[in-house]
Parts: sequence; structure tokens; C-alpha cells
Amino acid sequence: MSEDLEFFLALTLNGASIGLMYSLIALGFVLVYKATDAINFAQGEFVMLAGLIVAVSLSIEAMPLIVAIAIVIVVMIGFGFGFERVVLRPLLGRPVVAVIMATIGLAAVLRGLGPLIFGSETRAVSLPVGDDPIVLGPASLPPIQVVGAAVALLFFLAFSWFFKKSRMGVAMRAVADNQQVAQAMGINVERYFALAWAMAGIVSALGGVVWGAMLGVDVQLALVGLKVFPVVILGGLDSIGGALVGGLIIGIVESLAAGYLDPFVGGGTKDFAPYVLMILVLMIRPYGIFGRRQIERV
Amino acid sequence: MFHRESGVFKTTYSADMALYPLPIAKWTMIALAVIFVLIVPLAVHEYYLSILNLIFIAIVGALGLNILVGYTGQISIGHGAFMSVGAYTAANLAVKLGLPFWLTLPAGGLMAALIGVVVGMPSLRIKGLYLAIATLAGQLIIEWTINRVPAISGGAQASIEVDRPSLFGFAFNTQGRLYFFLLFFAVIAIIATLNLVRSRIGRAFVAVRDQDIAAEIIGINIYRYKLLAFAISSFYAGVCGVLYTYYFGIANYEQFQLIVSIDYLAMIIIGGLGSVLGTILGATFVTLLPIVIRIFMENVGSLFFTAVEMANVISGLRLGLFGALIIFFLIVEPEGLNRLWRNVRSYFRVWPFSY
Repeated sequence: MSEDLEFFLALTLNGASIGLMYSLIALGFVLVYKATDAINFAQGEFVMLAGLIVAVSLSIEAMPLIVAIAIVIVVMIGFGFGFERVVLRPLLGRPVVAVIMATIGLAAVLRGLGPLIFGSETRAVSLPVGDDPIVLGPASLPPIQVVGAAVALLFFLAFSWFFKKSRMGVAMRAVADNQQVAQAMGINVERYFALAWAMAGIVSALGGVVWGAMLGVDVQLALVGLKVFPVVILGGLDSIGGALVGGLIIGIVESLAAGYLDPFVGGGTKDFAPYVLMILVLMIRPYGIFGRRQIERV
Repeated sequence: MFHRESGVFKTTYSADMALYPLPIAKWTMIALAVIFVLIVPLAVHEYYLSILNLIFIAIVGALGLNILVGYTGQISIGHGAFMSVGAYTAANLAVKLGLPFWLTLPAGGLMAALIGVVVGMPSLRIKGLYLAIATLAGQLIIEWTINRVPAISGGAQASIEVDRPSLFGFAFNTQGRLYFFLLFFAVIAIIATLNLVRSRIGRAFVAVRDQDIAAEIIGINIYRYKLLAFAISSFYAGVCGVLYTYYFGIANYEQFQLIVSIDYLAMIIIGGLGSVLGTILGATFVTLLPIVIRIFMENVGSLFFTAVEMANVISGLRLGLFGALIIFFLIVEPEGLNRLWRNVRSYFRVWPFSY
């Protein structure tokens, strides 16, 4: 294998594993959008909050990891429920801008008060995965990336099953498809709205654990949320498979851009390339790869 | 504004759209002008003048954003970046070519308008949440570009120092002098907006906001008006950025990050979407809030926190309160402070004979 090809493969594999971790966060976003048509600008802050909670509960002595994860899942479910109930339900039927602004407001609240309550220092979340890089062909990946990618894949399998087979999942798809018809068929639409936010809470909880373990937990962790937008626009806002594929593509593009372009422009392409790609997608195919072609044109 | 009328006697549309609804309104304006031009700068300490200056700058930017969000119904999370475009354009022109402010100011505005149109381009095909995401991408890309291209940002710190503006040898180099400079532009912006929204263009904006399909059917070219809204709005933003640059004497991209876009959205939501008076109230409120928090914390918080912690506490509290206020106003009073003010006025309209 030539050296160029090896470099390319290493970048691609590294990007793919990061990309899967992006799609884990994007999944929370897609779940909410799919069921409730609300766009969540606070997804990154959800992840940050989860990371803070897990880091704080791990700092209690002799706290087993599994209990900390259970705590964070429960808290995030409650948080998702509460946000839907207190803030979003009064906004039902209002223009989409109002919901967007409410989530931006929530993002500001979490970003402002999170560090006040939990302290502003960077906390470490240590998972028992070791530090030795896992060698995979030409690439050597940090173990936490592999764990993150595995968690993401696991969630996709679980949600695929949930939406295809389980009664609740089918009901949720019905709500997403047409709220009025779903209501006429006896589905409690409001309950499924709350459920969607709770599920976003679960995904964010796990996202907080793996991203927190990778980057450390402080207010900067919320910036991961900004990467969600290219992922979901590319994959399609309402497609779970799209979040997976979009995450993979964005991760790989980011990694290749960093590998090949950084030497020329002096670094930082990683934070730039995804958005350029996103603008292109918005111009050419705004519903993304797998999204419903039901964009309101004017 | 402050007058009380005994009823509504308007019989024509032009009377309803008039800048001064009653003759007395003109006198209110004259009184306000006297207060702001003569009394305030003489009677008020320089520190408070500097706060007023910040409010004037914020009014210009918030008016622009309100034209876009409140009147035309589009959304932009990229206004911080548009401001930075104006700021760096003006700073580069002022430093490299030595141009005076009356050239750099419109140049910064026009450049921001150009960029604003480019970022607003997706609004032709998409709306609502997609547009929000597109403008967010615009914000991040512009931030990145300014930070990375030394030709724009002027080197390592990504900041350019500029001299204070001067006119015919008179330099606006103290807060008291800058007060007149900024008051002038704030007043121009207010008058321009008031006239814009009651003109043909302003009515077209409102039509696009309320029902775009209906607007198209009655003959409004919505593509043109959406782009026009983006252009006008980012022109205001650009001017606002230039004013910030002259106020601080430095153009620095850190003053125009994503959080600034959110501050300005907070101003118009708290003040009232689609209202000039609301914009002024909102800009004042949002500018004063961190100052009030700081004064409060310095007096009360020093009992609990050390000086180092205090900076974090203040910035955290400020952000958290903003978010909470945005949510509060969205749920409880979507029309913002402007509506509260109108409620007070309509209560006093026939007071004390309220039957």
C-alpha cells in the first residue's frame, strides 16, 4: 500500500469514528424534529449539561460508572420532559421562529447557569477504556472514539427497531407524519411530543458521557452542538438513517479537509469545511440526502 | 408618545400612518430633543454618557434586525457577523487609506449589506428553520474568515486600532463628544426606520411576513423584498459595527461573535417584534441589564465570591438571565415591552374617568 493511500485511509477511518459520534448527537436533534417539528438549537447545551452531571456525579467518591450513567439518563429524561412541558407547550401553534428562539434562549440559560452551578473548571470524565490507541489497519484510533462510535451504532440499531417494530415507535411515526390524523386514530399527540424530548434527553445523556470523556467537560463542550447542523442538513432533518450517513460524511470531510488543507491555510479548516458543505447542500438539495422533499418553497 | 388623547378620531389612512398622530406629538418630540441634546450631555456624568452611547449603538443594530425579523418575518442568527464585516471594512479603510468616518461608515454599511444579501440568498428557496441554520453557518464562516485572513483582520490579534472620528478638525475623542456623534446616528436610524416601515417597501415587508403567498398574488415580488430586507437590515448592522469600532477605538472580532447575534435577537424579542419604540426599549433594557447585574453583584455578591470568581459569575448570570427573559417574553408577552407600554398608555388614556 502506498503511503498516500495509507494517509488517506487513516484520515477516513479517524473521520468516520468522529463522524459516528457526531451522529449520536444529531440523533437527538432528529428525534425531536421528526416527532414535533421543533428545531432544537440547544442540542449542544443538552450534551454539555449531561456531561456536567456525569462529571459531577463521578467526582463523588466510590461512585460506580454505571450508576453515574443511570443518574444522568434519568436527569436528562426529566429535563427533556420538563422543557417540553413548561416552555414548548405554551408555544404550540405559534410561528416556527418562536420555537427556535425559545431553544436559543434555553441554550443561553444552560450555558450561563451551568458553569455557575457546577463550577467553571474543566472536569475529566474517565471511562475504563485505557489510553492505548486501537490499531485498525493504517489508522490508530483513541479508544474513546471507538467506544463513542460503538455507542452511536448501538443507538441506531435500537431506534431502528423502535420505530419499525414497537407500538410506541409506530405511533410516533404516525404523529410525525400527520398530527391530526394521528389524533383521530386515538394517539395522544402531546404525550408523544413529551416522549420525543425524553428520548432526545437519553441520547444527549450518552452523548455527554462519550464527548465529555473525549474533550473534558466545560462550557466549551456545548460547541459540539454546532456540528449537528451540517450533519442533519446533509442527512435530512427528519431521517434517522440520514443522521448516521450525514455524521459519517461530515466526520470524513472534516478529517480529510484538516489533513490535506491545513498545511496550506495554517489550520482550522476542521471548523470551516462542514459549514461550507452545508451551505452548498442548502442551495442545491435543502431537504438533504434522505429527508422528506416537503420543503415549503416560496 | 407621552400625550393622552380622548379618543380615536382618524378618518383617513394617511392620518393613521402619519409620523405625528396629533399636533401635541410634535411638541413631545421637541421636548425630547431638548432633553437629549441640551440637558443630558450637560447634566449627566461622563460614565452615564458612555452607557447611553452604548445604548445608541445598540439601537441602530437592533432596528436593523427588527426590520428583518419583526417586519419581514425572516430570521437571522448572523447579525454579529454582519457587524464585524462593517467594522473591519471601516477599520481597514480608515487605517490603510486614511478615509474619514463619513466615507468609512457608509462603506462599512454597504459591504455588510452585500454580504448580508449573499447570506440571505438561501431565503429565496428556504424559510423558517432552514434559514436560521443557513444564517448560523454564515455567522460561523464569516467569523472564521475574519479570524484567519490577515489581510482583513490585521494580524495576530485579529484587531485593528482606529483613530476616533473627527469632523472639520473637531475630534470626537471623549465620551461627551462621542455622545453627540452616536446620538446623531441613532436618531437618523430611528427616523429612517419609522419612515421605511410606513412606506410602500415597509408595507410590502409586512405583507411578506404575514402571508407570503398572498403577498405574491397581490403583486409583491417577494424575492426582491426578502433580499431588500436582508440588505437594509445588514446595512444597519454594518453601520452598527462601524460605530462600535469608533466607540472602542478598535475593531476586534471577539465583539461580534455568535453571542452578539443572540443579544440582538434578545433585544428585539424583549422589546417587541415589529415595533420601533419596542426596539428602543429592548436595546436599552438589554444594554442596561449587565450593568445592573454588575452593580448588584459588586455590592451584594462580594459577600459570597472572590474578585476572580466574580467575573465568571457576572457573565454567567448575564447569559442565563438573557435566555430566561427571551423564554419568558416569548411565552408570556410575545409583543414585548412595547405591548406593556401600550397597555399602560391605554389604561391612562381615559384615566381617571374610565367609564
